Amino acid sequence: MGGAAAKMELSEISSRLTALPERVEADAVLLRRGRVLNATCQLIVGTDAFLLRIVDGRVHDVRRGPLVTPSAEFTIAGDATVWRRFLAASRPPGDHDLFAFVKRRELQVTGDLHPLMSHLLYWKGLFGHLHAESAP
Amino acid sequence: MTACIEPILGRYLHLDYAGRPYRIYFESAGPEGPKAGIPLLCLHTAGADGRQYRGLMNATSVTDRFRVIAFDLPWHGKSSPPEGWQDEEYRLTADFYTGIVMAFIAALSLERPVVMGCSIGGRVVLHLALRHPGAFRALIGLESSAHVDPYYDTSWLHRADVHGGEVAAGAVSGLVAPQAPAAERWETLWHYMQSGPGVFKGDLYFYGIDGDVRDEIARIDTSRCPLYLLTGEYDYSCTPEDTLTVARAVPGAKLTIMKELGHFPMSENPDLFLSYLEPVLAEIASPG
Repeated sequence: MGGAAAKMELSEISSRLTALPERVEADAVLLRRGRVLNATCQLIVGTDAFLLRIVDGRVHDVRRGPLVTPSAEFTIAGDATVWRRFLAASRPPGDHDLFAFVKRRELQVTGDLHPLMSHLLYWKGLFGHLHAESAP
Repeated sequence: MTACIEPILGRYLHLDYAGRPYRIYFESAGPEGPKAGIPLLCLHTAGADGRQYRGLMNATSVTDRFRVIAFDLPWHGKSSPPEGWQDEEYRLTADFYTGIVMAFIAALSLERPVVMGCSIGGRVVLHLALRHPGAFRALIGLESSAHVDPYYDTSWLHRADVHGGEVAAGAVSGLVAPQAPAAERWETLWHYMQSGPGVFKGDLYFYGIDGDVRDEIARIDTSRCPLYLLTGEYDYSCTPEDTLTVARAVPGAKLTIMKELGHFPMSENPDLFLSYLEPVLAEIASPG
């Protein structure tokens, strides 16, 4: 993929992340699922990085890198092309869930996974708001 | 108000197996007695129970010819664990699983039943084909593999600081196809949320380790025991490629990849699943 296309993708992912707090705030079911969740998650998209801070299930803030000594409970990392497939509006079988990518080692999940595994349905719902069809 | 009663009958079987008494819950639908249909014994997935086959049991297109039976493995659903369970770590083994299926068949005097299992049940039918090839009219493996690669650390499924039901449902939620109706999707996940502590993890010991049958499946003789394999295209636990590997290794095995279905075809989308299963059952029931 060319540099221009990659930049455009990153910009799109960034704009979806920017809209995430408002979208989660409007999702009462997700807020209930995450009501006792407090955690920071780092997303690494190619060479770029984002920090999502969750407070009581709400997306308190989203910081875009470059980040110096970022602190997060866990990190999800993958190439920009993989994130594009994960966040696409139409996803074929095998590209339809976080763990499908993890199983193929296309997305790597590292760190203290307790906030992720104890709230899996919350995180999957949150990432659902990043999919193209969900984005404003 | 409207009300109706489903034609499903639930009963308990007391069964002594491997030196221990078990009280096993099972449900059945379809004709019994002298005009009984062909017995179709259904085996649930790991960490779930026989309720997964509710749609099948309510389908007259199936129960017209088959007596559908589903039992909850011990530790699952309404089959409580045996006395002393509190001092044990539950681990499903290939020997126990195949043995208790055969013991259940004998206890109910099921004559050459069709056995259909999903996921771990799809795995155990391969073991049954190897160990008891003359005992079945046919075997049907749903989401059937000889081996699977893990996609998460199963130790998360049983620890006091994580709700086992919630993590189990979260872990399998992506295995349901996106096209599944919401009611069936969430009922399928509810079954996982209700599983006892450590039971799903214990089942995965069979699925991931003890039930690995890669080195043996080439010995399955489909002339003695017809084998049908049906796998949903959205299943990334037992992938279509995993089932294809079985089909390639077992001459005569019949493979169907099911569109718009995932790892729980019979419970996540019963109507769509039936459209794939009915031709298989018709072939099994045909005299020729």
